[in-house]
Formats: sequence, C-alpha cells, structure tokens
Amino acid sequence: MAFLGRYILAAIGLAAVLVGVLAAVYLTAPRQAGPDLARTKKTVNGLFVASIAPDRDPITQGELHSWVLTLKSAAGDPVENAAIDISGGMPQHSHGLPTSPQATDYLGGGQYRIDGIKFSMSGWWTLHFNISAKAGSDSVTFNVVL
Amino acid sequence: MRRLGPILGILLALAGCGKPDFSDAEKRTIASLALSALPPLKPDTTNRFADVPGAAALGSTLFFDPSMSGNGTVSCSTCHKIDRQFQDDLPQAQGLARTNRRTMPLAGAAYSPFLFWDGRRDSLWAQALTPLEDGREHGGNRAAYAHYVKNRFGERYERIFGPLPDLSVVPANAGPLGTEADKAAWDGMSEEQRDSVNRVFANIGKAIAAFERSIMPTQTRFDRFAAALASGTPIDSDAALSPEEVQGLKLFIGKANCSTCHNGPRFTDDSFHNTGVPPVPGFPVDRGRIDAVTQVTADPFNCLGAYRDGPVDACGELKFMSKAAPELIRAYKTPSLRGAAGRPPYMHAGQFASLDEVVAHYAKAPASVEGETELHPLRLSERERAALVAFLKTLN
Ligand code: HEC
Ligand code: HEC
Repeated sequence: MAFLGRYILAAIGLAAVLVGVLAAVYLTAPRQAGPDLARTKKTVNGLFVASIAPDRDPITQGELHSWVLTLKSAAGDPVENAAIDISGGMPQHSHGLPTSPQATDYLGGGQYRIDGIKFSMSGWWTLHFNISAKAGSDSVTFNVVL
Repeated sequence: MRRLGPILGILLALAGCGKPDFSDAEKRTIASLALSALPPLKPDTTNRFADVPGAAALGSTLFFDPSMSGNGTVSCSTCHKIDRQFQDDLPQAQGLARTNRRTMPLAGAAYSPFLFWDGRRDSLWAQALTPLEDGREHGGNRAAYAHYVKNRFGERYERIFGPLPDLSVVPANAGPLGTEADKAAWDGMSEEQRDSVNRVFANIGKAIAAFERSIMPTQTRFDRFAAALASGTPIDSDAALSPEEVQGLKLFIGKANCSTCHNGPRFTDDSFHNTGVPPVPGFPVDRGRIDAVTQVTADPFNCLGAYRDGPVDACGELKFMSKAAPELIRAYKTPSLRGAAGRPPYMHAGQFASLDEVVAHYAKAPASVEGETELHPLRLSERERAALVAFLKTLN
C-alpha cells in the first residue's frame, strides 16, 4: 500500500511538473518569437508617421490584394506627392516578395493605394517602404505574420 | 527516483497510442492541404468562352487532334496523355523533336497564374498557342491552323465565336515563328490579315483552355485522412495513414520545411524558386524564371495584349510580376505534388529518376550552378527519408 501511495504521489508530482513546464512554454513563447506587428510606425529618421491597412483581414495567402499606406508628418499633417518604393520579403527564407507591388493611386488625406501585394506562404513577412516627399526621404519596415 | 522510470513509460505510451496526435497548428496545416480546401475555379474574364460548354467541347476535340500539327502526327495528347495524368513519363517531352523540358501534368493548372516551368505565359489560352508553333512540338503555323479550323470545324467555331474572317487571301502557311518561308509569308500579309488570323488563333487557345479547366485533381487517401482528422470522426481503413506515413506528413509540414513552398490544397505556392536542381549536361543554358519574365511581357497574347476579353484589372499578376530579383535566376514553378508518386521522373528536365533521389537532393541542398538555392541542408535519417517518400505516396 505504501508503495502504491508513493507511486501515485510521484505520478501526480510528475504531472504537475509537466503542466507547469507546458504552461511556461505556452505563455512565454509567443512573446519571445513574434516580430513587432504594429501597423503604425514612425519612419526610421522620424520624418513621417506611416500606417498600413490591408483591404482584407485576415489576409489571404496566395492572392493579389491591396493595402492603403497613410503618411503623416511628425506634426500630424497628411503627406502629399510622395514617391513610394515598396520591397520586402521573408527574412527567415532569404527571399523577397513574389510580386513587385506599386503605389497606384493617391486617395487624398495622405493615403496611398498599394497594389499587387501577395504573400505566397504562411510565416513572417516584411513590407519595406522607401518614401520621398518634400520633407525629405525616409523609410519604414512593417512585419506581417500569416 | 528509479521508480519513476516505468511510470513515465506508461504515461508516454498512453499518450502515444490510439489516433495519431497532431498539435493544433499541425491540424490547421493539414486542413489547408486537403482537397476540400480547394476553392472553386474563378471565372477567367480574359477568356469569355472559358466556361462555355460548346467551347470546351471544341477545345477537347482540338486537344486530341493530331491534324493540329505540321505533319499530322502530334496533338496535345501526344505528350499530355489522358490516362497518365496528362503527362508522358519521359524526362524530356518528345514531339516532332525532343524538347529540353519535362511535360507537366495538367490537373489544376487552371488555378496557376503563370504557366510552364518558368511561367512564360500568363493564361491557359495563351499557353496553348505556344506548343502549336514550336518546331519541336506541333511544328505548325497560325495561318495553317486558322485554315484547318475553318475548313474542318467552321460551323462549330462560328456557333461559339461568331463569324470567321475571310481567309481566302491568307497564305496556306504563314506565321511569325515558323520556317523562313512562313515568316516571309507572314511579313507579306497586311496588318488586318495578320490580326484576323491572330484572332482565330487566340480563339483556338480559348477553346482548348475551356476544356483544360475541367482537368482537376482528385481525392486521395491523404484527403480522406485529412477530412476524418478535421471532423474528429473515426479514421476508417481507406482513410488510414500508417505510422510511417504520419511521420512523413509531420516531417513534410515540420522539420523538412516542404510545405513552405508546396502549400495549399494543390501543394504549390504558384511561385518560382531556385532549389539548386542541376541542369542536364549538354543542354542549352536554362535560366528559368529570370528569362521568362521578358518572354511573358513580350507575348502578344498576354493579358495586356489585344486579344484579352474583359477589363484590364484581371491583369494584376502580369502587371505586378517581379522582374529583376536575383532569386529569379534558375527559379522554376513549384509543381503540385498530387499524383507525383505515380509519374517519375521529376523536376523541370526530368533530372531525378525517383522520389528517393528527390528527397536525397533536399537533404543535401547542393549549391545552384547559377544564382542561389533557397534550400538549406536537412538532417534526415534513413527512416525519415523513407517516411517522406511514404507520405508522398498517399497523394496518389
Ligand atoms: C512535345 C510534347 C508536348 C506537346 C505536344 C504539348 N505539350 Fe504542353 N507541355 C509540354 C512540356 C515539355 C511542358 C513544359 C514546358 C516548359 O516549361 O518549357 C508543357 C507545359 C504545358 C502546360 C503548363 C502547365 C503548368 O502547370 O504550367 C500546359 C497547360 C500545357 N502544356 C498544355 C498543352 C496544350 C494545350 C497542348 C496542345 C496545344 C500542349 N500542351 C502540347 C509538352 C508538350
Ligand atoms: C523553396 C521552395 C521548395 C521547398 C522548401 C521544397 N520544394 Fe519541392 N519543389 C520546389 C520547386 C521549385 C520544384 C521544381 C524544381 C525544378 O524543377 O527545378 C520542386 C519539385 C519537387 C518535386 C518534383 C515534382 C515533379 O513533378 O517534378 C518533389 C517530389 C518535391 N519537390 C518534394 C519536396 C519535398 C519532399 C520537400 C521537403 C523535403 C520539398 N519539395 C521542399 C520547391 C520547393
């Protein structure tokens, strides 16, 4: 009997340890692994504040779609007549975007339509914008996880 | 402490028996690979006959008709054999002469934004015109095809596409890609004559494309397994995967990274990758996607050309195609893996004779002769390699 008791105790102890370890892994993993997913960011040199929004959420894998990029000055005014160059890729697979997206339209209020974006696989993607406007040139990188 | 050993053993054994266990993330990936995740084919607005039954019927006739060739011996089905997954089991296709590439199977090709191993055409209908004028394949010319279709299928053609143009003054043989005589005859034609021949030629492509849209991937054991796993119903024998196949599946979507490129229900991302597959010794230089972007841009039958039906907003894939990136060098389209186990050899020029050779290539990840491979060497035991192959066989 005493023997069996010790077995049961040991089993319970082991189960508790397992649950603890799993909980620790589960609770901490997302925070450690995920890149920053902010959809609004200051550009690298602080010239602009950029926001991005996809035309669909959740984003569908493997389909061409559009985003809207909104550019404001540091003071919060819309940035007009910006020249925008878009690149990006998958940092963990060392390849670029499968398409070459372009800014196709100015929608007013600092908003630019970005067409031709496609994410061909799930995982961590970056979208990098080089922006030139009257205030100067600056860039910003967003992370997107599918 | 020594007494914990057996208990741990019992706990692990309990966890391991019964149904194969997958994490939630694995279950999501498996569901995304199942045939049930394949969306219905979108209408092709660039081909307004794409879903017209009469067009598909005419397309089917033309697909199997050896008169659609320079010497009356080659049809699409010479290489795309209906009882062989619409391919020919050869390392390189053989028409009037040997080509430098392997015949691609056609199931689900209609979903692909770019056709051919290098994607040098941007629609099924534009693709179908290419082999017809390739001297190694059908070896014909577009004026001869227009005459043939008018004489042989004139009535059927006109019921679908409307009146045929007057071809009485068009030379019997003429085309921009044929023999020197064909080219000279083509150059001698008026702009208007050339356009009317091109229009008949494009419609031949549109009819064949309408037929090809019906060639779809079919249910496999893997799909039955995935369906049972998703619904939580018991997995019966015709849906069961062996422990080895389950191990292969886990590797495919896990450690071996296969599903990064071979993703979705067709097991392809429809994209182009350099995977370091070696060229065939003695063949002309083949640079894959990087050269194809120029060709698809120049194709008069591409989406932005004069023969598209419908609005130009269907042309996003061509308009926003990546053109200059170094990763396009020796990049080829990720092929679907459905049915692959039943149709060796493998790769764009039949470089590998078996799935064992394919998996050995992925494990080793050799450098590319030009450009850089996207692969990294994989540490796979003999058993793991065999498991990957076993899993691929469940896709038949
Ligand atoms: C001589 C053999 C041969 C003939 C004849 C032939 N093909 Fe092909 N087919 C091939 C080869 C080889 C490829 C791949 C070529 C490449 O990538 O350069 C291919 C590729 C294709 C593809 C691309 C599939 C994909 O997933 O990208 C389609 C569609 C196709 N052929 C349809 C046709 C049609 C329609 C015809 C008749 C008009 C035809 N083929 C005639 C050998 C042939
Ligand atoms: C980086 C993207 C990528 C990854 C990762 C990848 N593949 Fe591929 N796969 C391709 C491409 C591209 C081809 C065609 C290459 C060529 O013909 O040169 C291919 C071809 C194949 C073929 C031949 C199919 C045919 O019809 O010729 C098989 C089988 C295959 N892959 C299995 C696998 C397996 C198994 C793994 C994981 C170990 C894997 N692939 C990982 C992109 C990838």
